[in-house]
Amino acid sequence: MRTRWVVLTGVAVALLLAGVVSIFASSAPDGLTKVSQDHGFDHTGRTHDSVVGGYGPVTGIVGVVVVLALAAGVTYVVRRRHSDPTE
Amino acid sequence: MHVPDGFLDAPTSMATGAAAVACVGISLVKARRELDDKTAPMAGLVAAFIFAVQMLNFPVASGTSGHLLGGALAAVLVGPWTAVLCMSTVFIVQCLLFADGGITALGTNIMLMGVTTVAVGWLVFRALQLALPKRLSVVPAAAGLAAFVSVPVAALAFVLLYAVGGTADIPIDSLATAMVGVHLLIGVGEGVITFLAVGAIVAVRPDLVYGARRVLARRELEIKPRVVA
Repeated sequence: MRTRWVVLTGVAVALLLAGVVSIFASSAPDGLTKVSQDHGFDHTGRTHDSVVGGYGPVTGIVGVVVVLALAAGVTYVVRRRHSDPTE
Repeated sequence: MHVPDGFLDAPTSMATGAAAVACVGISLVKARRELDDKTAPMAGLVAAFIFAVQMLNFPVASGTSGHLLGGALAAVLVGPWTAVLCMSTVFIVQCLLFADGGITALGTNIMLMGVTTVAVGWLVFRALQLALPKRLSVVPAAAGLAAFVSVPVAALAFVLLYAVGGTADIPIDSLATAMVGVHLLIGVGEGVITFLAVGAIVAVRPDLVYGARRVLARRELEIKPRVVA
């Protein structure tokens, strides 16, 4: 399997997980949130407004694409500096 | 385990913020040596995949869920320094776009769920590789075990930060027991997901798995004398 196909398959899986499988995710509080509730310090936490709204199929796909673009971009820049002949 | 604003006081948040900036800075330099024609295309995928899987909360106990952290997975797939960059990207997007994790807690979240799980995951993975047979089939299992260990360690790291700069007066021993307890369960899920994900890539293209390279190099060295003979 060529590298390109491995990566494309992986991205397709990530989009499927974020866009479809996430519907079945548990909505129960996560470990830290639950512990903070049980110990009575959950009220000390503050949330800020989300730019795109909560996690859902559409925003999940947006998130995957944004993370992919950012991480690939950082990787590209880090590598390009490496091959800089003036270095 | 995304820490919101307000759990930790300002000095502690500033300290973890400074530590996170330092870790990302060092990783930007060190990742150059890891990023070649094989790891570079994988880095974007690893970050995107971890973001997606972090959305998939699975139930662990009554009324409690957990999700993948992913530091060990990233470290084994693309190398520890690149992994810190992948994890930081995920937390920055979660914080700024989704309000998942506080803005003043961004450094805390990068240190706890990024740097800690990458460091613990990679060190445990390497230790297991040294102790176990040098076979390709061992790589996914070693990655899964390392991932399992990384989660309760990250939970313990949160407790240590809370002992230093928690904004509420909570008995630390009881907090530690609760945090490590629930995150041992979440760690099992982390281990299974990491085992399956690393196993899938090892099955099709083991050379794309950074943590499998030493095993592959060794295998090639073993094949050569037979070819000569």
